Amino acid sequence: MSLLEISNLSLSIRDFEVLKGVSLSVAPGEIVAVTGESGSGKSMTALAVMQLLPEHSRTSGRLTLDGTDLLNTNEPAMCAIRGRSVGMVFQEPMTALNPVRTIGDQVMETILIHKAMPPDQARQRAAEVLDRVGLPADRFPLSRYPHELSGGQRQRVVIAMAIALQPKLLIADEPTTALDVTTQAQILDLLKGLVREMGMGLLMITHDLAVVADMADRIVVMRHGEVVETGATRALLADMKHPYTRMLFAASGHRVDLPAAPAPEPLLRVDKAVRDYRLPRTRLFTAPGHFRAVKGVSFTLNRGERLGLVGESGCGKSTLTRAILGLEPLQGGAITLDGEPVFSGTRPNLAVRRKMQVVFQDPFGSFNPRHRVDRLITEPFHLLDNPPTGTARAEAIAEALTAVGLKPEDAGKYIHQFSGGQRQRIAIARALIIRPELILFDEAVSALDVSVRAQILDLLADLCRAYNLTYLFISHDLSVVRTVTDRVLVMQAGEIVEQGETEAVFSAPQHPYTRSLIDAAPVLPDPAALKKA
Amino acid sequence: MSRNLILGAMLSSLVVLAALVSFVWTPFDYTAMNIPGKLQTPNATHWLGTDHFGRDMFSMIMVGARTSIAVALVAVGIGMGLGVPLGLAAAARKGSWLDELIMRGNDLVFAFPSLVIAILITAVFGAGAINAIIAIGIFNIPVFARITRGAALSLWEREFIMAARVAGKSATRISFEHILPNVLNLLIVQGTIQFSLGILAEAALSYVGLGAQPPTPSWGRMLADSQTMVSFAPHLALIPGCAIIVTVLGLNLMGDGLRDWLDPRLRVARA
Amino acid sequence: MLRYSLKRLLSLVISLAVASLVIFFVIEVAPGDPASFMLGINAQPDTVAALRSELGLDQSKVERYLSWVGGMLQGDFGTSYTYRSPVSTMVADRLWVSLPLAIYALALSTLIAFPAGIYAAARRGKAGDMAVMGATQLGVAVPNFWFAMMLVLIFAINLRWFGAGGFPGWDKGVWAGIHALTLPAIALALPQAAILARVMRSALLDILGEDFMRTARAKGLSRRQALWRHGVRNALIPVLTIIGLQFSFLLAGSIIIEQVFYLPGLGRLVFQAISSRDLIVVESVVMLLVFAVITVNFLVDLAYAAVDPRLRSRT
Repeated sequence: MSLLEISNLSLSIRDFEVLKGVSLSVAPGEIVAVTGESGSGKSMTALAVMQLLPEHSRTSGRLTLDGTDLLNTNEPAMCAIRGRSVGMVFQEPMTALNPVRTIGDQVMETILIHKAMPPDQARQRAAEVLDRVGLPADRFPLSRYPHELSGGQRQRVVIAMAIALQPKLLIADEPTTALDVTTQAQILDLLKGLVREMGMGLLMITHDLAVVADMADRIVVMRHGEVVETGATRALLADMKHPYTRMLFAASGHRVDLPAAPAPEPLLRVDKAVRDYRLPRTRLFTAPGHFRAVKGVSFTLNRGERLGLVGESGCGKSTLTRAILGLEPLQGGAITLDGEPVFSGTRPNLAVRRKMQVVFQDPFGSFNPRHRVDRLITEPFHLLDNPPTGTARAEAIAEALTAVGLKPEDAGKYIHQFSGGQRQRIAIARALIIRPELILFDEAVSALDVSVRAQILDLLADLCRAYNLTYLFISHDLSVVRTVTDRVLVMQAGEIVEQGETEAVFSAPQHPYTRSLIDAAPVLPDPAALKKA
Repeated sequence: MSRNLILGAMLSSLVVLAALVSFVWTPFDYTAMNIPGKLQTPNATHWLGTDHFGRDMFSMIMVGARTSIAVALVAVGIGMGLGVPLGLAAAARKGSWLDELIMRGNDLVFAFPSLVIAILITAVFGAGAINAIIAIGIFNIPVFARITRGAALSLWEREFIMAARVAGKSATRISFEHILPNVLNLLIVQGTIQFSLGILAEAALSYVGLGAQPPTPSWGRMLADSQTMVSFAPHLALIPGCAIIVTVLGLNLMGDGLRDWLDPRLRVARA
Repeated sequence: MLRYSLKRLLSLVISLAVASLVIFFVIEVAPGDPASFMLGINAQPDTVAALRSELGLDQSKVERYLSWVGGMLQGDFGTSYTYRSPVSTMVADRLWVSLPLAIYALALSTLIAFPAGIYAAARRGKAGDMAVMGATQLGVAVPNFWFAMMLVLIFAINLRWFGAGGFPGWDKGVWAGIHALTLPAIALALPQAAILARVMRSALLDILGEDFMRTARAKGLSRRQALWRHGVRNALIPVLTIIGLQFSFLLAGSIIIEQVFYLPGLGRLVFQAISSRDLIVVESVVMLLVFAVITVNFLVDLAYAAVDPRLRSRT
């Protein structure tokens, strides 16, 4: 008998159909992963189980937890079920905790709100649970506030809150998407361990197929509010029936063909670069302290080369990116492009800047919403002494848009008329338009769905062939860096700990940190191998 | 467009219209006294009655609207004209001595409520409508500086600003080309609110004699004059009071409506 | 926490110093010589000179500023030009009316605004919310001195529940004093309460959209429990800012309201001083008002730290 049984569940919010006849089930002790791209309705399925849907939602179908029909349970009875019979873990650990209350209070609240124990017993139970999720009281007292913990530690607190009363079902909505790979591996291990230990069912929502393959007993693939395929993990991976499932897996492990890099000829030289940030004064009459974000980094990027820069959040890769772009001054060392410093004296060197462009992560935030596409992508013309005007300008716009797979007519549209993937193409067009010698891709595909990501990576490879691009590809995603770069730098705590040919570094990492990164990253199984087994 | 916006715009334009028409026409000369016909309640000849000198209330209210609007409008202009560039500059140089100076200066001005500024100015230079404008205007500067800086700071974090910096544009150019247009909605809404607060402040200053001096009619002054007669001629107090309420209510409704219409996510500090 | 408080205290001292400089120099540019003004046009030059030195007007600007500030620090605000009596006693007498009035009004405004704002947020979009929002929309638009006149008309003149004005003095008993200040306090408090209630409501509505509110609901808290346990304290952060700002409005407002009720407070003192060009009194009262505003903002900063643990550890 299943613990959670969803059959033919439909959901509409106002007049928009979000879920169309979804059916799935979770047995006690079973890990079921729901996966799909954005807009597939996977998170709404989770919220429907909690009955925490947005306003104006209408549901139909059946949704039973341990025999209780949740769709026909009134709100007070639902309150008694949430936290006691079902626990939930959310995506954003940084904002999921109340900033003004201690972690002990917040874990205890789950117990006290259900009047499960008297307060002093609840405090003890909270301490036990926090200890179980890896936050022992001697290092993480109950009186800590959320802002004193890292993202991974906060996620542990959220998990502790969810399992404090040993619910029968745990729902985890993208629980590791906001975390670094090494932290992700630890949190996934913790969740697996808890399921085994408490015999809970786990309904896990994630877009990451490698995580799915690694964690789940069963997989549910969703698209546009419908379940397209479901089955036991190994069987499903070995024999994917639905074309969408096959496309999804193919896109996740998508590899591109880069043309061969030309003979080495240095373009960008970073020589013992040091970047300090001033910390806020802690004492009134002492000099403010400094935080060294980049600690004497050196490397060379050759013309025509595709170089990767990987590292976890806070390792200094974004700071290094801004220093290369000449947006911030260095406190030591030098960065030169074609022999010229990117930052001369107190101001950025515009003569050098025009040889560099950048593509950012956020396809929604990197454009001024009030300008049309032609104005957006010609912004780098500002760097030129004689920017093209009239027909020359129109031709440049048309060429750049065509190069990234859009139409010249798109120049007259506003940015909100484009999808995330199209916006990223426009961002690339903006970088290409002045034919820079170097492009920096700063987490440029990290916010995209896998199928869109695969297309953008293909576009990169095409552009490499057409324009002999030289780029620095900055990312936390090892699998992407592996396919689009010739050489890779691994950065940890402001230093480059390893560098070398991409394949060599990935297949035989030398530095222990590189090894831990590669070990922690979940990998997609090879369907062919599964079939044979 | 919401009901709030339409209603607010209607009420506000009614008052503005009255003020404009008063330049060319009022039912009576607002300075003409008529002692025998004093303290009339509203009637067919004097639509809103007459005051203790027999002057026509309707005419005085119309001309009073002029004073109120002029003072509040110029005060908002001073606040925006100085506050917005200061806020943009502070955000563009976040954390620098300039930012620190502007923000500390703001804190200092916040410690002087507009009434206190008016008292100081009047004590030194004597009373008048100009004082009221300066006092309210000075108090508006930090309001606009703060709200502009706050909104601009979050925009500076956005990647499209980073893209403009990569394109080699200077901080000044980015501030005017990218930041200002994106905070304009916020400023319009805040401007409406400060305008209504200016109307209230002008009334209060004239009430205590620090604003417009006779014979310039002003709603606050009319209320001050009515105070000793309120027990037997309540309309002298009710009518200017209602004029103030209608104006302020109209502006506030318009501000709320504009905020929802221009951008539902917009947050405006109402203080 | 201690470090944070010390830092705020230092900025308080700096603000006060700069504010005193500003006030001193504004008064300093005033045309006319107070000594000749006090003695009238027929005074002998040597009597004027004697008075000038008695008032310290013959010293340099720097000396006079320092002695003014030094005097204030010891509670000596100088001598009134017109009354020839110490400003400090005049101000102290009046302060016992104005300060209780401002505090009374602040208390009333908070007591009305908090429940109204929380109630409206909890019933967002329903009839109760609409009623509160409509009332506050009107409350924000009403000038407090006009509202005060209407209160006098209704409750003092027609119903005769309160006196129409004046103040019996605290020596006639605390209750008599509070009774005399009640109408003025209501007149001051209601328009401010309207603003505060709106701020409380919108702060709560913002918080309701936060991730941690959803977490709280996932733990099994009802909508109302989540609002009270997690919403209100977080909403206090923006609300405290407004309360701090409002204190300066209340203080300024009380000066105006005193005119309606003929209360012998700072307002009456300062307007008399303006008409008699008694600049030293104006200077002292303005400095006192500014001191009050700066001090209240300091207290608000401390209250932030009590509410928000992030501030306590950051600095």
